[in-house]
Amino acid sequence: MTATSQAAAADHSHRFHTIVTTVENKPGVLARVAGLFARRGFNIESLAVAPTADERFSRITFTVDVASSSLEQVVKQLDKLINVVEISELSPTESVERELMLVTVDVAGGRRHELLELVDDFRAYVLDANQSQMMLSLAARPGRLDEFEEHLRGFGIVQLQRTGRVALPSLDS
Amino acid sequence: MDMNGGQALVKALECEGVEVVFGLPGGAILPVYDPIIESTIRHILVRHEQGAGHMAEGYAHATGRPGVAMITSGPGATNGVTPLCDAYMDSIPLVCITGQVPYAAIGTDAFQECDTTGITMAVTKHNFLVTEAQDIPRIIHEAFHIATTGRPGPVLVDIPKDIVDPRNPRSAMTWYEPTDDIMELPGYRPATAGDPELVRAAAELICKAERPVLYAGGGILKARAAAELLALAELIDVPVVTTLMARGCFPDSHELCLGMPGMHGNYTAVTAMQSSDLLIALGARFDDRVTGRLDGFAPDAKVIHVDIDAAELGKVRNPDVAIRGDCKLVIAELVEALKACGGLEAQPDRRAWRSQISGWQERHPLVYEQSEPGELLKPQYVLEVLRDSTPDDTIVTSGVGQHQMWASQYWRFDHPYTWINSGGLGTMGFSVPAAIGAKVGMPDRMVWAVDGDGCFQMTAQELVTASMERIPIKVALFNNAYLGMVRQWQEMFYEERYSEVYLSHEIPDYVKWAEAMGCVALRVEAPEEVAPAINKANEIDDRPVVLEFRSAAEENVYPMVPAGQSNSDIVVDPSQR
Ligand SMILES: Cc1ncc(C[n+]2csc(CCOP(=O)(O)OP(=O)(O)O)c2C)c(N)n1
Ligand SMILES: [Mg+2]
Repeated sequence: MTATSQAAAADHSHRFHTIVTTVENKPGVLARVAGLFARRGFNIESLAVAPTADERFSRITFTVDVASSSLEQVVKQLDKLINVVEISELSPTESVERELMLVTVDVAGGRRHELLELVDDFRAYVLDANQSQMMLSLAARPGRLDEFEEHLRGFGIVQLQRTGRVALPSLDS
Repeated sequence: MDMNGGQALVKALECEGVEVVFGLPGGAILPVYDPIIESTIRHILVRHEQGAGHMAEGYAHATGRPGVAMITSGPGATNGVTPLCDAYMDSIPLVCITGQVPYAAIGTDAFQECDTTGITMAVTKHNFLVTEAQDIPRIIHEAFHIATTGRPGPVLVDIPKDIVDPRNPRSAMTWYEPTDDIMELPGYRPATAGDPELVRAAAELICKAERPVLYAGGGILKARAAAELLALAELIDVPVVTTLMARGCFPDSHELCLGMPGMHGNYTAVTAMQSSDLLIALGARFDDRVTGRLDGFAPDAKVIHVDIDAAELGKVRNPDVAIRGDCKLVIAELVEALKACGGLEAQPDRRAWRSQISGWQERHPLVYEQSEPGELLKPQYVLEVLRDSTPDDTIVTSGVGQHQMWASQYWRFDHPYTWINSGGLGTMGFSVPAAIGAKVGMPDRMVWAVDGDGCFQMTAQELVTASMERIPIKVALFNNAYLGMVRQWQEMFYEERYSEVYLSHEIPDYVKWAEAMGCVALRVEAPEEVAPAINKANEIDDRPVVLEFRSAAEENVYPMVPAGQSNSDIVVDPSQR
């Protein structure tokens, strides 16, 4: 890790918070949740929404960039939303976080072999390929995705999409 | 029983015990207005939808029952946004039914379409867009449940036209009883009693405090906890301040009552909080108008904070003991805990604190100078006469401005639910419609609307509603020819550079205007005319009355803590400096 990325990571844990909410699976609920952050000018850094095992509910996992003190207040206000059933904050040290990346990389320069080695190293997958491009996927810690992305830059990224992180508490936390 | 959605909506309102709806029809809500004709519900036709909302608020505050407004889509709904926000800020239980364009037309910029649930998301406790006629009884029941439980607030129900229009097959539904067990609110769990351990911790703090103050907020009234507060204050013999939203929750004539704190609070209430070593905040939210500059607020005080809303605890000031719960239950628990600790005997000797307080009361009473002959009326004098010429349980509503502060200062509120004003949002134009709503809910009580000339011009047309519906409210209109409160700030903080605050004493002619709206109206210009005019107004019970008090433009409200300054820098009346 470079000095700057180390600093960024430290900053990350300090400012970024992962909030997991269980909400009613109904129209408009995401807007209510997002609205609480928007009204205060807090940026939602990452967001993932999907139904839970019980399809009456959805889980919204989001990472926000706010000071802890203001976060506490927003969390209490989120809890007041009628459609929010449960809410918890996950600390990075006591949870498992994963994010999925799909990326198309340029391999026209004859570096296909080199790229496949990288795919192996990171335990990524090749989803599609043609003469000039290769589409890869990787599901891993967000930091790991950052690293992968860094390496791929040298090849030439054609398109890249990340899902936003999802998280669950670690089993013994 | 087969019904259409419109009939189901009206029946659902009846099932909730609704006796009156304030509203105004239009295209999208038309189908609901048809079954209203047969309903037992009284409908009051307003002249502007803002009026409907404020009437519903006045009704709710006076009666404790939720107020109901019904308005159409688009401009009807947008006109309703101000009262919704007002009710949200002051935690008033309201259910607002809005018409919406047919479900299939939503999102097409149809005539009079607006995104009502989107617009009102931030000013309601919750809102619903109903998509199926079959859901109507359940959602109406949920709306009333949410509006009236926990921290009360406004709930809006947006109803597309097709699901209430009998000519549309989508309006067909089968009626069912709206009972609690059909509600689908898995995320809604309003708090009730407080944690006994925290209550014990609070009692221990109280037993150690030498200079405690009970800081009573609007939550006491919402929780209907006035009796519990009285029991608590008397048990431990601790003085009480009542915020602008809480006036009347503790009797002003009680020897423990210090009156209103805050920006225009009286010297003793403000200073007692400043000097306190323990603030017992009950249903209060440390509003900036109460605390002044936060880092200078009550610097030596520990804080016990009781609120039904967890998001209030620690929002402004970090409490030493934070108890989430309903004030009525928590105060009762606290009384028991304090009795268990030994009651009054266990309280420290607070004679020094009491004599300090009575010293402040002696040195800094509320004062004003009576007008000289030929001068315009002093509003404070008029309010004193009005107070002394009306029954004890008179309901007073107010607009926003100087007249509001004087009304709160000079009235003697000895009963809960007798003071109705716009505290959090500070909505000019609140007074007249709120008075109408209060009078509809409490027809046997005298209701006076205290209003400013600026405020009056914002919603006066509702006096037409009052005349037509024979709702005999009385209006004390303080015509000081100015947006007085703003004028005062320009005098004090902008070097007397008056910018856009002058209104005029003469235009409009308030007497003619009020008469044109079907009211009895009198202009009062001299102190000796004040009492006779009020007595005359008090005798009229078949139509609204407007008394225009020509009052002094240059009068300022004191004491005052200038915005952004510490409460220790309170500015008292010039005669006390
Ligand atoms: C709707 C609205 N617009 C503006 C204000 C800002 N404001 C607060 S008090 C006030 C003056 C009110 O004038 P008036 O009704 O004559 O009362 P006075 O202060 O003269 O007693 C104004 C303009 C407000 N509170 N509400
Ligand atoms: Mg005025």
